[in-house]
Amino acid sequence: MKVLVMGCGRVGAHLASLLERDGHEVTLLDVDASSFSKLPHTFKGNALLGDGTDEDALRRAGIEGMDAFAALTEADNTNIMAAQIAKSVFNIPKVVCRVYDPTREELYRELGLDTVCPTALIAESVIKRL
Amino acid sequence: MYIVIVGAGNVGYHLAKAVLSKGHEVLLIDRDVATLDRIEDELGSIGLEGDACEADTLEEAGTARADLFVAVTEQDADNLVACQIAKHRFKVPRTVARITDLKNEPLFRKLGVDVTVSSTILILQYIESQTSKPPFLTRLAVLKGSEREMVDVRIPPTSAVVGKKIRDITLPQNSLIILLIRRDERIQLPTSTTALEAGDRVVVVGDRSSEASLHQALTGS
Repeated sequence: MKVLVMGCGRVGAHLASLLERDGHEVTLLDVDASSFSKLPHTFKGNALLGDGTDEDALRRAGIEGMDAFAALTEADNTNIMAAQIAKSVFNIPKVVCRVYDPTREELYRELGLDTVCPTALIAESVIKRL
Repeated sequence: MYIVIVGAGNVGYHLAKAVLSKGHEVLLIDRDVATLDRIEDELGSIGLEGDACEADTLEEAGTARADLFVAVTEQDADNLVACQIAKHRFKVPRTVARITDLKNEPLFRKLGVDVTVSSTILILQYIESQTSKPPFLTRLAVLKGSEREMVDVRIPPTSAVVGKKIRDITLPQNSLIILLIRRDERIQLPTSTTALEAGDRVVVVGDRSSEASLHQALTGS
């Protein structure tokens, strides 16, 4: 599978190395070149500088041939906008979007985005252990 | 009208001030309390501190009864998300987003924002209207999804249409003369038997693609 990951933070970099371990072809996109230092030395995929809310940057990153897109920057609105571009402009079959704000996550889930809310996941996970 | 404005920067501040003076009810949302304080010193308590992309803030703002929701922060993504939440969660009938990147105009429309505004686009349209236009033609407005335009054409003395009745003039398809401004500035509604004179100006609605042939038909000798 060809996967484009936007946001090379701890989660993005970790996800990229896991995907690569499983034999997938990964491209990372971030606005900050220094973020790529989080990638393991063994990373063989592409790491590109660019803004995922910009259609042209996504096109340059090769989004048109991708099977999946993951929006994992620190900013909810950036992720939401990029995910909607991937879905409605580029028709990427699988689009996952991280949203920290639980109410925003709920709304966009209702609107058809495949969302992940770390806030809710951690809270639930803590509750289960109490 | 009740108008919710997001973003108390320059655009938000001047917009709030202008719509207040027209007698509308206004609420200005911004994350920066110092900015809001400054504005409230001048305009009264119209501010709400908070993140307009959080449903709680919009709830507190009474967004459900807003007639118009306008997001004018400097971040296109923030304006998009605020408008989408206002539209889908609070059923605001009309949402307006400011955009900086031109490409976001069709995108935001597709994603449900009713209106996008951009100073970049306005200035660009002005530049386009002023450059590479035929000499006797002034573009007045772009209509109907940019396919049509309204133009003003001045009839030069050398034009073949001088002295001709409108019904005898062949214009490009879909072009219609809707108004005639005589040389002495008298305004007339043209009929098929009105004859054009040198120095008259005609206001024409037509396809943008046939602008050059319209110009040729009315000004060519």
